[in-house]
Amino acid sequence: MTTGLAEQPPLQLLKESGQREVFCGLTSIVWLHRRMPDAFFLVVGSRTCAHLVQSAAGVMIFAEPRFGTAILGERDLAGLADANDELDRLVKDLLERRPEIRTLFLVGSCPSEVIKLDLAKAAERLNTQLAGRVMVLNYSGSGIETTFTQGEDQALLAMVPLMPSSEVDQLLIVGTLADAVEDRLVQLFGRLGIPVVTSLPPRRSTELPPIGPGSRVLLAQPFLSATARALVSRGGQLLTAPYPFGVEGSRAWMAAGAAAFGVAPALVAEVLDPLVERGQRAIAPHRELLAGKRLFLLPDSQLELSLARFLQRECGMELVEVGTPYLDRQLLDAELALLPPGTRITEGQDVERQLERVRAERPDLVVCGLGLANPLEAEGIATKWSIELVFSPIHGCDQAGDLAELFARSLRRRAALSFS
Amino acid sequence: MELTLWTYEGPPHVGAMRIAASMEGVHYVLHAPQGDTYADLLFTMIERRDRRPPVTYTTFQARDLGGDTAELVKSSIAAAVERFQPEALLVGESCTAELIQDQPGSLAATMDLGGIPVVSLELPAYSKKENWGGAETLYQLVRGLLKAQVPPPGEPKPDPTRWRAEGRRPRVNLLGPSLLGFRCRDDVREISQLLAGYGIDVAVVAPLGARPADLMRIPTADANVSLYPELAGPVCSWLERSFGMQTVKTVPIGIGATAAFLRELHGVLGVELPAELETAADGTCAAERRSRLPWYSRSVDSTYLTGKRVFIFGDATHAIAAARIASRELGFKVVGLGSYSREQAREVRAAAQELGLEALISDDYLAVEAAMAEAAPELVLGTQMERHSAKRLGIPCAVISSPLHVQDVPARTSPQMGWEGANVIFDSWVHPLMMGLEEHLIGMFRHDFEFVDGHLSHLEGASAPAKHPTSTATSTVTATVTATATAAPQANDTAPASIPGDGVIVWSPDGEAELAKIPFFVRGKVRKNTEAYAREQGLALIDSEALYEAKAHFAP
Repeated sequence: MTTGLAEQPPLQLLKESGQREVFCGLTSIVWLHRRMPDAFFLVVGSRTCAHLVQSAAGVMIFAEPRFGTAILGERDLAGLADANDELDRLVKDLLERRPEIRTLFLVGSCPSEVIKLDLAKAAERLNTQLAGRVMVLNYSGSGIETTFTQGEDQALLAMVPLMPSSEVDQLLIVGTLADAVEDRLVQLFGRLGIPVVTSLPPRRSTELPPIGPGSRVLLAQPFLSATARALVSRGGQLLTAPYPFGVEGSRAWMAAGAAAFGVAPALVAEVLDPLVERGQRAIAPHRELLAGKRLFLLPDSQLELSLARFLQRECGMELVEVGTPYLDRQLLDAELALLPPGTRITEGQDVERQLERVRAERPDLVVCGLGLANPLEAEGIATKWSIELVFSPIHGCDQAGDLAELFARSLRRRAALSFS
Repeated sequence: MELTLWTYEGPPHVGAMRIAASMEGVHYVLHAPQGDTYADLLFTMIERRDRRPPVTYTTFQARDLGGDTAELVKSSIAAAVERFQPEALLVGESCTAELIQDQPGSLAATMDLGGIPVVSLELPAYSKKENWGGAETLYQLVRGLLKAQVPPPGEPKPDPTRWRAEGRRPRVNLLGPSLLGFRCRDDVREISQLLAGYGIDVAVVAPLGARPADLMRIPTADANVSLYPELAGPVCSWLERSFGMQTVKTVPIGIGATAAFLRELHGVLGVELPAELETAADGTCAAERRSRLPWYSRSVDSTYLTGKRVFIFGDATHAIAAARIASRELGFKVVGLGSYSREQAREVRAAAQELGLEALISDDYLAVEAAMAEAAPELVLGTQMERHSAKRLGIPCAVISSPLHVQDVPARTSPQMGWEGANVIFDSWVHPLMMGLEEHLIGMFRHDFEFVDGHLSHLEGASAPAKHPTSTATSTVTATVTATATAAPQANDTAPASIPGDGVIVWSPDGEAELAKIPFFVRGKVRKNTEAYAREQGLALIDSEALYEAKAHFAP
């Protein structure tokens, strides 16, 4: 069912419901386990959940697995009475095998949510038993509640209560960043004279940054609605800015951080303008290829609006449709303001109807998930698979060229191949 | 609750998807929460298919649970039938939908779907798994389509040799090949060519590539070939019961098995056995020379393969076939054999018994890893999962069975079955082992700066096995296996071991030094043997003399 909402006249905002072709929040484990190697992610769910995570990550060969599933059996479904004992036993086995684990995430799934297994209470109980050795946290990555990157939002949300309270002045960057990108951004904020820059999630799960009234919170990812609110409720000051994709977004994002610390605009310009100029040079060859090309983004990660803004404004692409699984108006306010009038934004999905629109529009590039990418390619429609965007270093002015390249590569490859 | 780090099989609805996606003209409506569409990737990415699997998901969310999820099922069924116009419809649930009990199959039965056959799937997600789900789906689909054709009881069974009277070539069905099965695409091609060479036609291949109308033709064949019993077992026995169709049960993986398969098939169909399939006095048959494996395996370069210790785990079909090839056709010593296929446990146990082993029937990855460590093999033949344990233990590994990942759906022709399949097997199993010359030289000179202990120079960049695994494989899930595994030192661990129950056995420095001179791939076994010997002799300290005593004691 498609109903037009005309609350923001310059943009077309549509809500759609129907079959959704998206990942559930459990998938976030695939990158979070690398960000925090001392953490273990134990999904409490069914064989389907185990199969999902291993299908996504199983092409890598692990000498030491960083995630697993407590698979519910018929006995567990028959009565909830001993489910807690079972979980305790399993966790004990796991920690015996992996004594180096410092943080254990109990991750809720559709089955555990439907049968109302209280993992929050289980985490609390295990924390008492394992006090001092292992921190046990809980969040839901179920498909019925979370879509793909929302799993990270829930995981970070679970960590917020454990962050030490402090009134210290600091810039807190929230959202998973590639190590090199994080280092680079910290260095740049240092040049701007911001002395303390911390990250959530940290690289070690035990080294959580503090939070309090002195904290200025800059979201690196647009999918952190719940985490952002929790940080605000602990006294953090949420800065609003476009997200750090492309030179324009990155500059505005860093400038917002600088402004919150009263850094003089002249210094901001001195530090950032050369980066912008260099970033634009890096984008230029990709812009040549991308300019004028028509882009269609299917919902996946909530990065879609930011990416569309970058590709339209900095690479000259035309936006056919921008799909997002969930639209947090507050967090995306700055992005919405930068999108051209008339942009068609869809929240939610009816995949069959959306594919009808893709086929009717014949866009030059479709950003979509891997379940759709090869089938669309076979129909002669160029695709860029969207999951790669959460696995790649794409934040910051220095990465703007690389980000543009991810989209240009699909088109360049099609042009490069010939079999006659 | 069961702790699973890796699962050998997906849930049963993935088995049902494999049947639907392998076929043409079949659509599957799956009542499942948002996110379960991940399974599409198995087909679009691992199998690299160029179209979406024929599956419509209801993708309900938390907010739908407050409303009418049954209505969602009905609208999804109606939309799918209208859009895709299938020739047959499967309707079923995933694990979460099973909990909310909307009975989608019964709902479909009450709807007007233009008279297409509808199969309602009952797949218990909390007790059964992928292969069971696939087998059940194939069985229910074939049964549903052929019910009307079943001859009344008492009717004489069709004679598998009726082709002769009808003046045509004999024909068989190839049942079981599917997407996400191990190398099914090329196995079908290989076996079809093999049969064509003996004047035998293929009537229906199913589920791979078949339409519902093809399934209706199944009874026109003279016999069924159960290529993959995990999926085809139940349907073959139903066809046997209902239509009197005989099943050829030998799976043609390996030289001996291919010859036995052909003999069985000729026997069932009443075709005269060609001379080249007759067994000669020396036990060989002329047909086996169509494969290069027998000569490659006999050639002197393969002598060093003799007695290599190999651990085998996979689905029952591939594990049993691999055990026969390894022990009889490559001259390996099988030191462990197991399968996650509980439905075929008896056959695996029988195969293990022939080799003087006790079969490991388990779907617990940790139990398999523990058994592998205990057996201290020089080569692991397993699934994608065994690659993890083999990496951890530093043991060469080749994949012989599903579960698989994208690298095991190669572009090149790579069957496992028939004569060419044996060629592929020879290459892929020998490849991970150290080449003969290198093995000799590393045994002689241990101080090289480039060719160091455990180095496999023909695998560029392959590193030496981990010297100190961070922890021993333990699992209390399978207590018996675990107890031995905890006691068992890692295959390449050079730290002193302690043996619970018998006090601590200590290796003297010169004992350790002597042990370090043993080539790395047998070192684990030598350590185990020496410790067993020490325990037997009541020695508390193992020195170099004790090691040599043990070596003589255990000499084959």
